[in-house]
This record gives sequence, C-alpha cells and structure tokens, in this order.
Amino acid sequence: MTNKPDPNSTSNLGGVGGGRMPTYVGMPSFPKAAREAVADSRLRANLAHATGTIRERRQRAVDELPDWAELREAARQIKDHTLRHLDHYLMMLEEKVTAAGGTVHWARDADEANAIVARLVEETGEREVVKVKSMATQEIGLNEALAERGITAYETDLAELIVQLGDDRPSHILVPAIHKNRAEIREIFQRKMPSAPADLTDDPAVLAEAARRHLRAKFLSAKVAVSGANFAIAETGTVLVVESEGNGRMCLTLPDTLITVMGIEKLLPTARDLEVFLQVLPRSSTAERMNPYTSAWTGVHAGDGPSAFHLVLLDNGRTAINADPVGREALRCIRCSACLNVCPVYARAGGHAYGSPYPGPIGAILSPQIRGIGSDVDASLPFASSLCGACYEVCPVAIDIPRILVHLRARAPKKAPERLAMTAAAWSLRTPKRLAALQRAAARGRRFARHARMPRSWTDTRDLPVPPAQSFRQWWKEGR
Amino acid sequence: MTSARQAILGRLRSSGDPAAEYEQIARDYLIRHHEQDLRELLAERLADYRAIVHDAPVSELPTALREGPYVIPPDLPAEWTAGLADRVVTEPYDLEAVGGVITGCAVAIAETGTIVLDHGPRQGRRALTLVPDHHLIVVTPDQIAADVPEALARLDLTRPLTFISGPSATSDIELSRVEGVHGPRTLEVFLV
Ligand code: SF4
Repeated sequence: MTNKPDPNSTSNLGGVGGGRMPTYVGMPSFPKAAREAVADSRLRANLAHATGTIRERRQRAVDELPDWAELREAARQIKDHTLRHLDHYLMMLEEKVTAAGGTVHWARDADEANAIVARLVEETGEREVVKVKSMATQEIGLNEALAERGITAYETDLAELIVQLGDDRPSHILVPAIHKNRAEIREIFQRKMPSAPADLTDDPAVLAEAARRHLRAKFLSAKVAVSGANFAIAETGTVLVVESEGNGRMCLTLPDTLITVMGIEKLLPTARDLEVFLQVLPRSSTAERMNPYTSAWTGVHAGDGPSAFHLVLLDNGRTAINADPVGREALRCIRCSACLNVCPVYARAGGHAYGSPYPGPIGAILSPQIRGIGSDVDASLPFASSLCGACYEVCPVAIDIPRILVHLRARAPKKAPERLAMTAAAWSLRTPKRLAALQRAAARGRRFARHARMPRSWTDTRDLPVPPAQSFRQWWKEGR
Repeated sequence: MTSARQAILGRLRSSGDPAAEYEQIARDYLIRHHEQDLRELLAERLADYRAIVHDAPVSELPTALREGPYVIPPDLPAEWTAGLADRVVTEPYDLEAVGGVITGCAVAIAETGTIVLDHGPRQGRRALTLVPDHHLIVVTPDQIAADVPEALARLDLTRPLTFISGPSATSDIELSRVEGVHGPRTLEVFLV
C-alpha cells in the first residue's frame, strides 16, 4: 500500500453524497486492514496509551460542568436549526464576508475546490503555502492537487508535520500522528529535519522545540496561508480557528494572503452561539477548559493580518447528506474526536484501517456518505462497529452514530460486507485472549464484558437494536 | 451552465422562518458557573494552564522582565512602564529580536482561565503578541468576566480576536501536553 492518497482514485461510485474524497490506493476493506493493524503490537500499544490518557481527562473536564447535558442539547439544536436553513445562513455569511473585504468562492466538489485554491495561489505568484491543520483540505486531497501544479504545501501543525515528514497518513482527527510514539517521532525528525540537533532526545518538549525551530523561518517569510475553519458566524461573517500550538495564529496573521477552505456545515447563525461551542469543543477534544488559542477574523482588518482573504465554501456531498433525514445528523460534527477516543474498535484497529481522512466512528458514518458505498472499504465501514453506543454518549452534538450505522448498513451491498462485518466488530472481541488484551489496553473491564455476552448471531446486524442510552450511561458510570 | 453557487444553494432550498425558529432553541445551560471570587478563580485557572500569575500592582512589572528589549503598543499607559523607559520599544521593531511584549487585554474569562485580545487599546496588532517569546499581560478588575457567555457578550466579533489560555502547547506527542511550541512560550499575567 502506498502512503499517499491517489488523486486519481477519488470515488463517488454509488454515491449517497456524490462527493469526492481520496481513497487510499489499494485500500482493503475495513476488516482486512484492521486485522493487519491489530497484528502490529506497537501500534496497538501507542493507541491504547494515547486514547486511555485522553479518555480519563475528557471525562473530568466534562464532569466539571453541571450543565453539560443542557449545553449538549443546545449545541444539537443550534446545529440542526442551521442545517435546516443552510441556504439562508450561507447567503448571509457570503454577504458579510464580502462586505468585510473578503472574497467568497463556492465549490461543488473536491476538484472544484482544489482548482480554486490552486488558481488563487498561482495568482499571488508564490509556489509555497503554509498550512494550518484542516480536515476539509485533507478530505479534498489539497496538498496532492497543489503538488501537481508545482505548489508545495507545508503542514505546520506538529502532528501533521510528523505525518508529512514521515511520508505517512493521518490516523486521528485531532492527533494525526497518534499511531507514532516519541521514539518513532524522534527518528523521523532526525532523518527528515535538517535543523534537528544531533543530540535530539525523545522528550516531547525537545521534539516540540525542534519543530518550532524548523518552522520559524517558514512562518516569518510565508506569503500565502491555507487554513480550514472550526466555525463561521453567518450574522457577522466571522471565521474561527481553534488550535493549541500557535501555528494557526502564525498562518492566520503573518502572510499577505489567507485562503480558508470550509465545509458548508461549519456555519453557526450568531455570535451568541459560540458561547455553547467554545464550551463544548475544547472539553470534548483536548479535555481542556479552553484550548490555548482561538483566532477569529472577519474579512480583512486594515493594518493587521492578511490583506487578502478568500473563503472557499465546500459542498463535496454535504448537500446530499443534508437531504437524508437520518444521515444528516453527521453534519453536526464539530470534529472533536471524542468518539474516536472511546471507541473499542478504533483502539484496536487504528485510524488507517478506515481508509479515509475521517477515521473512527465519525469516519464510519461520514466516509460512506461522502464517497458512496461503491468500494470495499466504504461498503464495510458501516460495519466497523460493535454498536456499543460509547460514541453517541460522548458526542458533544449528540450524533446518534449507532443509528446512522444501522441506517447505512441497510444500504450496503448485501452478503459480502455483512460477513465482513462479523469479522470487523466481533472478531477482535471474540476470543478470550483478544478480549483480555483489549481489556488491559483500554482499562475498562466492565465495558467489554458486555460485548463478550453478545450473541454470536451478530450477522443480522441490521436488526440489532441500538442499546438504550439510559442503560449504557448507567453501565458506563459503573464501569468507571 | 449553472454556477457552483446556484447548484449548492438550489439543493438546500429551505422554507420557514429562520429568525422565529432560532428563538425556539432551548438554552437551558448556565450563564455562569461561578458567582463569586472571580479574581481568585481566574488566577487559579490561569495557573492550571501554566501561566505565571502575579497578584500585584503594575509597579512590579519590571521584576518580571527578562533579557532584551520589550515591545509595547504605542498607547500603553505611561504608569505601566514607569521606570522602564530604557527597556521598552515600539514598532517598527524586529519582533524576533525582542525579549518579550507587554500589553493589556479586552476581557478575561475566569472560568476557563482565558484572556481575550481584541487588538484594540493597549494591545497592538496581532503579530505583536505572537512573535515575541514572552507575553506579559495586565488585567484590570473590570475586565474579568465570569464565564464564556458573559465574555462573548462584551466582545465585538467583527474585530480580530485572539483567545489565549496559557502559553502555546501541544498534545500531539502521545497526547501528553507540552507547553511552548510556536506562540509565546511564557505567558505572564498581572492581575492588578
Ligand atoms: S461525531 Fe461527535 S464525538 Fe465524533 S468527532 Fe464529531 S462531534 Fe466529536
């Protein structure tokens, strides 16, 4: 398997969404890829360690707020309301961004978005861009598309940098290099980072310092930056990027031209709505009360920051997903990654097995909806779950992922994938030895005992009822 | 040929009254999580994220300075820099060559230990507080908001905004938090 997404293999076969997103070359179906991943004990250990850490911390950050349930409900309602009136709010956003000196572009799919960004970069005369980590630009394969036009994109987020230097693929929404441990990261830096000191250790602080030095000159000289967006406010035309390292601030502030690619579902109606999302996102994502940096800008600001701002609004299957009354819930997603961190299947299989920039439970419902169920990997993704409901429990916008999985299973080509399903979800949990390893890895004994009791006749997954939320919650608390 | 804009909006055509429906959204969450001792709460929460906090008057600012010149926005109150005349510079100045930067802020959020810059009075343009490695911020009591909703209500979203919670950090290596990546590696706050 090659490491890079093949831009020629964007698929929309049998599309639900009709979007285009790179499928990684030669990507096998989920169960096959998962089996390979589980055989890799180092990968499994890295994942178990990292997700275990963040799970505990997230729970503490959430428990600190007595009104978490109310915040979550408000977040859900705000997103649903916005999605119901997306045309109205998109036009409002366009008007405000334009009035504030920005330029709005519309892209039906990945190819259109990539072409727009490439043209905008070419118009500046530059051949390099610095990038802030962005799921939307990964989804459309922007870096590869720019490379084809002779433009080099430099990832500046630490984890993205690790992935880019290691000629690797991201395996987690928030921490794309979660599958690498500190020793492996040190090795990559020594090999690929000319400025890395000879005595580089694997202390995370030392590795972060090496990245700081490596990128410093790039930030100070960059003329064009490309970013994604966490939120955009229709009422004011404001765009927000939520981050930790300061690479976002660098990219959003220092270059002359800023190009932001944003999925059309990232919109919020008013400034007030941020009071909900700036509370639920950091706690769900990095388990912090607030992430170190959030930047907000509205068009261009005279004498401060870029003098040209372009906002590319990306559909890529989203309008079709929005028309599906069940599947549309997936568009509420704020990419916090909490569902990945609690997922027993993700912890075992790793992010690469999902064959898409979106791994884990959210990937299992998003990728098949964006790309369609045409390939083996997409047809098997709705089965890459034991339907335990942990993802739904932690989701800050209450996406009922198990329900959507069942919905998508009904659409998948019959037979083969259903057999695959058994292997995907059940196989890692079935034998006592694997189960014990899993329990140790996740340190959540009670939770997996529950799976072990599930009947073998899981093949009829379409009829498997979603566990009632109440009993899951009960059991989750007991298991802690 | 229809434009991408028309095509996308055409697929989304909605009905109903968005403004009326928006008002129906249930907002049963708390508007603040703490009522009292907000200054202490802010100090505690700032320290939680490894900001250095001083419960001290501005006259003690000089004790916090490290080596090198400190850049300041041109409208910083003279009393903040009393006795620092030979240490402070204003732009244009090479921001890579300074020891740090001293600014005020727009709002501070006690609950989350966050300081918000709107790059208005006493704050300078965004690059000023980004490139230098040491950021000293003076927070006055009237600037402390209890929680996120109150802070947002005080801010004008159409200004450039920077929300700062502790020094720059990363969790990208094994999800363990490390302070100090690209933004200022030391955040020092004076609660005056
Ligand atoms: S589906 Fe929910 S939990 Fe998962 S990344 Fe999206 S918002 Fe977070």
